[in-house]
Amino acid sequence: MIKRSTGLYENFTRKEGTATRATHYCAGCGHGIITKLIGEAMAELDMQNDSVFVGPVGCATFCYYYFDCGHISAPHGRASAVATGISRVLPDKPIIAYQGDGDLGAIGFNNAFQAANRGDNFALFFVNNALYAMTGGQMAPTTLPGQRTTTTPFGRDIVKTGYPLKVCEVFETLEAPVFIERVSVADTKRIMQAKKAIKKALKIQKEKKGFAFVEILSPCPNNMRDDPVKAAEAFTEIMEKTYPLGNFRDRSEKPAPTPESVPRRTERELTGGGREGITTKNDPSFRERKFKFSGFGGQGILSLGLVVAEAAVSEGRYVSWMPSYGPEQRGGSASCSVIVGGKEIGSPTIDDPDVLVAMNQPSLERFASSVKEGGVILFESSIRSDIGFPAGVKAIPFPASSIANENGVPKAGNTAFLGAMAGMGLLPFKEKDITDALAESLSARPQLIEPNMKVFEAAKKWVSDKEHSI
Amino acid sequence: MEDKPYPIISEDECKGCGRCIAACPKKVLRSSGSVNNRGYIYAKYSGEGCTGCFICYYNCPEPYAVEVYRPDSEAD
Ligand code: SF4
Ligand code: SF4
Ligand code: SF4
Repeated sequence: MIKRSTGLYENFTRKEGTATRATHYCAGCGHGIITKLIGEAMAELDMQNDSVFVGPVGCATFCYYYFDCGHISAPHGRASAVATGISRVLPDKPIIAYQGDGDLGAIGFNNAFQAANRGDNFALFFVNNALYAMTGGQMAPTTLPGQRTTTTPFGRDIVKTGYPLKVCEVFETLEAPVFIERVSVADTKRIMQAKKAIKKALKIQKEKKGFAFVEILSPCPNNMRDDPVKAAEAFTEIMEKTYPLGNFRDRSEKPAPTPESVPRRTERELTGGGREGITTKNDPSFRERKFKFSGFGGQGILSLGLVVAEAAVSEGRYVSWMPSYGPEQRGGSASCSVIVGGKEIGSPTIDDPDVLVAMNQPSLERFASSVKEGGVILFESSIRSDIGFPAGVKAIPFPASSIANENGVPKAGNTAFLGAMAGMGLLPFKEKDITDALAESLSARPQLIEPNMKVFEAAKKWVSDKEHSI
Repeated sequence: MEDKPYPIISEDECKGCGRCIAACPKKVLRSSGSVNNRGYIYAKYSGEGCTGCFICYYNCPEPYAVEVYRPDSEAD
């Protein structure tokens, strides 16, 4: 037999001319050995046809010219995040990510760390040469104390730049990883151990048993500025004090954890609302209306908007509802924008409402001047209203809180405004759709439906008594 | 002729890094002293003494620079 590389393409099409079967790596680079080990293990496990390989940015960017399987190239640092995504979309396929130490240890550390913590189902090969190799040998998080790089010409100063990042040791603190091992490709004995660990990680991935991580110490003779043989010897000497080799964890004999299955639920079951079976219709003759509801958090501003939006939905209108509120659950200012249209709505934001409902002073001050000419401002009559209203806008003080109080539901000021709008003809819907939407919004507290209906009616009556209908 | 193991070094793929030479337990690999098409001084088998251990293969960073023939296994 002839021992030769397997799992790799026959030709590496990147280069024309002679040596189309040579890699782009420097002479003596550890990446080349790792490439052969991964290819060989993939071939031995017969997993090339199914596998997706996620390549990094760095010296190994061109790995897609070599491994004979499916490929995706990730942006710098993101190979783990991309592999996470693919593992969710193709849960049965072997996913293999490959990252260097600048890529994984610095910009991409959080991606790799969170993937490890979630136990995302892919094999991650982490090639550590203790510097940024492709860009010219700058300091990486993995650079050793005192190590000279192009950005640490006097040696890495741990006071200024911290300590070398030991990724295996960090991952070892996490619950989820199935397999963690650190190996090296500096000499024959180490290469043979690396071969075993790489194959093990790929086998775990073939069986979809979870997150398997192999850190591979890999000499970079180019940036060590040494002859490859001497560089490999020196590399072992320098690196292994900080990065001891060995297996940290192997839980591959345990069955793979299976996530709980998610039952199918309808929109109605999930939200307690939703109008199934209603189709939205295009109606160019319908004039788009923009509503801004505002007040402070806790006054039911957002639910007032939702009731209007729900009523619109049940009439087959296009509708958008967009809330805006501060960090406070209660007491901060809150507003929501509702647009009802006869065609698709471009943006859910509103600069010039047709109708403004202001349930407190600050919102009235804030939004009054934005109301469109010909528009209406409805505001709580108990607040100060000595602000100037824009010309051509009808500003109506409305005693929402006293109507709510009189009907025994002090918190139903929002319902009072709903009734007032309905009474004034500001809501282009059938009244039944409005009251149905109101009842629906209270379905979690059915005892409140009746009193709210009374508030709604009382508000309408206030309008007809005052002849405020528009 | 006796069927013995031997390494096959592909002149043009070899980058002359010397890792196979340093690793070969039988010390039967050496530098050819000649430059290949791409400017690397490639490695060469001395012609005698290879045991077919594959160590040169595993140490070589170039996937197609060195292959090893070993007669004892099934024919390839
Ligand atoms: S710069 Fe270093 S890591 Fe990058 S290809 Fe060259 S030897 Fe390999
Ligand atoms: S197979 Fe072993 S003995 Fe033969 S050349 Fe390679 S390293 Fe030397
Ligand atoms: S290890 Fe490979 S590339 Fe390096 S000298 Fe030997 S055959 Fe050539």
